[in-house]
Amino acid sequence: MIGRAAKHRDSALWIAAMVHRVSGLALAIFLPLHFLALGLALESEARLESFLRWSDQPLVKAAEIALVFLFTAHLLGGLRILVIENFDWRDGQKQLATLAAALSAIVAFAFLVRVF
Amino acid sequence: MNVRLYLWQRATAAVMAPLVVVHIAVIFYATRHGMSAADILSRTRGSIAWAAFYGLFVSAVSIHASIGVRNVLSEWTPLNERSVDACAVFFGLVLAVLGLRAVAAVVLP
Repeated sequence: MIGRAAKHRDSALWIAAMVHRVSGLALAIFLPLHFLALGLALESEARLESFLRWSDQPLVKAAEIALVFLFTAHLLGGLRILVIENFDWRDGQKQLATLAAALSAIVAFAFLVRVF
Repeated sequence: MNVRLYLWQRATAAVMAPLVVVHIAVIFYATRHGMSAADILSRTRGSIAWAAFYGLFVSAVSIHASIGVRNVLSEWTPLNERSVDACAVFFGLVLAVLGLRAVAAVVLP
């Protein structure tokens, strides 16, 4: 019974919807911290610089790479939803969702190469 | 989600789509030689264009994210509708205040 009820969770489109929701939630949690960090410039340029040097740590950079992935995935997932809702239905939604995931991974990998 | 919130959610998403693309490009540009405060502030301080760009971005994201958080709270928590609405409005206001403060921090000369 449980297996049947959860079968839809194997679908690429269910996973895409979940990635969209979880990435949005993660970005919503990150945003206030991002704004507080930039707000340090109100105190002084040196205060912001000191925070940026703290953020050079590998673990912080890894978190930034994850955020770039989630940001891109949320953008592409959102564009897919806008297109579905506002234009004629097109087949191949699972392939589009997979392509969005692949593109997000490429952008995140390019960022990884840039910051490490 | 009612129709009004649905339309705001989608309208802010449509407004933000190109802003997000530009912001990702800015992230890549800003990290080309490692990020420094002097580098960032030299681009943004006194810039009306960046103030308008990020002012619009913060306004749109405050609305978009608060409606998204409202949906998550409504569907994934046992909170009643009044509490969910209160949390969403509070979160949206926090984002708007902190976001506009951050924009002011980097664009004011």
